[in-house]
Amino acid sequence: MPRMSRDDLVMRSGIVVLAAWMLVSVALPLWALLSKSFQDRQQEFVGLANYIRYFSTPALFASVGNSFFVAIVATAIVLPLAFVYAYALTRSCVKGRGVFQALALIPILAPSLLPAISLIYLFGNQGLLKPLLFGGSIYGPSGIIIAQVFYCFPHAMMILVAALAMADARLYEAADALGASKPRIFFTVTLPGAKYGLVSAGFVIFTLVMTDFGIAKVIGGRYNVLATDIYKQVIGQQNFEMGAVVGMVLLAPAIVAFTADRIVQRRQVALLSARAVPLVPKPSPARDWTLFVYCLVIGGLIFGVLAVAAWGSLIKFWPYNLSLTLGNYAFDNFDTNGWGSYWNSLHLAAWTAVLGTAIIFTGAYLIEKTRGFAVGRVLAQLLAMLPLAVPGLVLGLGYIFFFNARGNPLGFLYATLAILVVNSIAHFYTVSHLTATTALKQLDAEFESVSASLKVSVLRTFWRVTVPVCLPSILDIAIYMFVNAMTTVSAVIFLYSTDTKLASIAVVNMDESGFTAVAAAMAMMIVGTSAAVKLAQLGLTYLLAGRLQAWRQR
Amino acid sequence: MALSSPLPSGAAPYLRIAGVTKLFGSFSALKEISLAINAGEFVCFLGPSGCGKTTLLRAIAGLDVQTTGRIEQAGRDISRLPPSERDFGIVFQSYALFPNLTVVDNVGYGLRSRGMKRAAIAARVGELLQLVGMPESGAKYPAQLSGGQQQRVALARALATSPGLLLLDEPLSALDARVRVRLRHEIRGLQRRLGVTTVMVTHDQEEALTMADRIVVMNHGTVEQIGTPSEIYRKPATAFVADFVGTMNFLTAVHAGSGQVRFAGQSFSCAADGLAADTPIYLCIRPEDVAVRNVGASTVNVVRVEIASLDFLGSFCRATLRPAGAGSNGEEIVADFSINLMRDLGLGAGHSLSVALPPDRLRVYPRG
Repeated sequence: MPRMSRDDLVMRSGIVVLAAWMLVSVALPLWALLSKSFQDRQQEFVGLANYIRYFSTPALFASVGNSFFVAIVATAIVLPLAFVYAYALTRSCVKGRGVFQALALIPILAPSLLPAISLIYLFGNQGLLKPLLFGGSIYGPSGIIIAQVFYCFPHAMMILVAALAMADARLYEAADALGASKPRIFFTVTLPGAKYGLVSAGFVIFTLVMTDFGIAKVIGGRYNVLATDIYKQVIGQQNFEMGAVVGMVLLAPAIVAFTADRIVQRRQVALLSARAVPLVPKPSPARDWTLFVYCLVIGGLIFGVLAVAAWGSLIKFWPYNLSLTLGNYAFDNFDTNGWGSYWNSLHLAAWTAVLGTAIIFTGAYLIEKTRGFAVGRVLAQLLAMLPLAVPGLVLGLGYIFFFNARGNPLGFLYATLAILVVNSIAHFYTVSHLTATTALKQLDAEFESVSASLKVSVLRTFWRVTVPVCLPSILDIAIYMFVNAMTTVSAVIFLYSTDTKLASIAVVNMDESGFTAVAAAMAMMIVGTSAAVKLAQLGLTYLLAGRLQAWRQR
Repeated sequence: MALSSPLPSGAAPYLRIAGVTKLFGSFSALKEISLAINAGEFVCFLGPSGCGKTTLLRAIAGLDVQTTGRIEQAGRDISRLPPSERDFGIVFQSYALFPNLTVVDNVGYGLRSRGMKRAAIAARVGELLQLVGMPESGAKYPAQLSGGQQQRVALARALATSPGLLLLDEPLSALDARVRVRLRHEIRGLQRRLGVTTVMVTHDQEEALTMADRIVVMNHGTVEQIGTPSEIYRKPATAFVADFVGTMNFLTAVHAGSGQVRFAGQSFSCAADGLAADTPIYLCIRPEDVAVRNVGASTVNVVRVEIASLDFLGSFCRATLRPAGAGSNGEEIVADFSINLMRDLGLGAGHSLSVALPPDRLRVYPRG
């Protein structure tokens, strides 16, 4: 065995610490959940008894079919809608593509509850447009699906934009030169080029819909899905064992989708060589105007959904007194926590952004750059990928079982803001980890070798070179963590206490109590905060590009 | 061409590699490599991609530690030391310059952590930039420099801490041809002035021939030959070296015993020792060694040929010669004729003439 340098020792210790952290914040809670599903109320091992009861109770089992139904239908609607939209943004000369892209990203800044609330304003029992339903009801699968389409649209669009943005112009020139017709080129060049993106987007949307709690809670009515079942079992009936079973049932399709997506992604290597010539779309009035109208309609609908919620939050008494008021923002009049929930959310988001970014970026660096120690690195990498496969509700439930277990020395964290921070970092770990890894892979692989030859410690090079060069990605990660911590409902719904109630949970509670306008107002506060932070990031990136990162200019 | 070379003297070598093996899984990238490099020597590891030359360089640096074997530097066993405890400077193909630091900060990077005073660092950095011919570019960032300039900064950075050993991993291959040729001379001149022991990895034989004191030709994880550039070129030890370095005729022949070789129905004399009679061999000669002038009755190894084709290559012509006794599908000999020769003898395609294959220029390698 070669001798380890101090750097090696420090980095390997770092990996061990990282793995331990991931074990505590992800793997052990999941293990607690798994074992709980095999126990009865007295914590005796009962084998598959809970599962047998679950699958032989039609009322419970029906949710599996319901969840799959809404997830599949929503995916089938979002994919083509988002594909055309992404196509317009990347492959046409539609005017205002930047604006359209920004419009389509709005739902990401909002909790999933927001579109559901808007739909209730429009089509609910007191809805403005209820007559359009001809006696049908928005509460149920149709409401869930429409709200999910809105909520999932940006996620699908971003993946498809990324897939379509990378195109080799030479392929199109070759196809043109061979006399292929436009449709033929589309089906033989464009579509195959984007197929991995389509598959990936499909899995992402399916998993999002399958595991989302907020929309089904607000607009699902009596239509049970897995996500609401967990909540009912755990919070409503205090039946933790059955909750654990439903959690496992929800985890299964998420893991299958995750694994399938990884396999597909792995195949997508070197689709685009370094020598590819980027495709620059040429103007084509007929196509461009058609797509412009399309973008206007979709972007308008997305903006409309947000606008309805914003308007609703300013209405005195829907639908009888439509005069405007700020009264709904006086949260203290409607909820004991009042504005406190909002401040809690800000705290949570800030801590998650700062701590999470530090842990995730450093972790990705250690996994990427440590010499040798393959066992530790592979283990840490697996643990870093795991959270993406775990729905928030499942993770949250696992936290109850793990941190609340008698004898756990970490039990003191229970019902504190700290556990919410730990949970949020774990919940949103993987996407940020991948962002960090991508950024690190773009660095010259020999920076560390050069430092070693110059006898400069790796930590110093990390501070002086790696972090400054990766600053834009680090900022991306921080904003991603902040916005998600701000909007999430699913993982934290099991973990908040009266002192640490969050804004997103307040939305659920106020909606439950019938204060729809107040719920909308709180949701708007979340959207506003996320948007402000996002804008601050844009400003900061601009500043960085101009001043602090002068070295990027040639 | 550097024909003179400091051959291993009685003094102990500066760098000694003994029985170094490197396994990647079941693939052995290096097989029992042993060699010695003297202080102040410029050695090139030359070979096709995948031959193990970079792996060997990285083992010397400690970046990829060998599976078995021993490496000694200046009498010290460094086999198991991490890179930071070894004494070397390195320049990578990518240069690995820190993009967010200025040229001055890049060059001074290794000096700051050695507790040197600010003024001393500034002086040393200035000296180095002068040395690599870039005294004016200190405030620039790497992205603002040309490839050749980046290369020089990387070199200055590697030399800043005055390492005992300079390692260059294909340092010129990312540059365009003109810059590459100029930098060859600059690097070699710098190395001579500083006297720093240098190992350079390259797949470019011309680079190795022009720059190195000695060349280590590698293939499939083994050393094929170690020698001065002229030894490598004039007396390739194996058919691989003969083929990889320069251009060579490989003529299918049979060893007839007692220094005689049969090719194209004719007998040629050459120094082919240690081979049994009737051994299938390759008879090899460089195109420029095929003699045309002064071929007379007393000349040995004369063969009557017809010029099958001529390729004009600027300063000379490459001729494809068909031996008269070989028939139309027989093997052809490639020969380089200078423009002078062509003019003097009035040569052209289709002409017949007598050429000689001088015995001291013939090389023989077992075939099959």
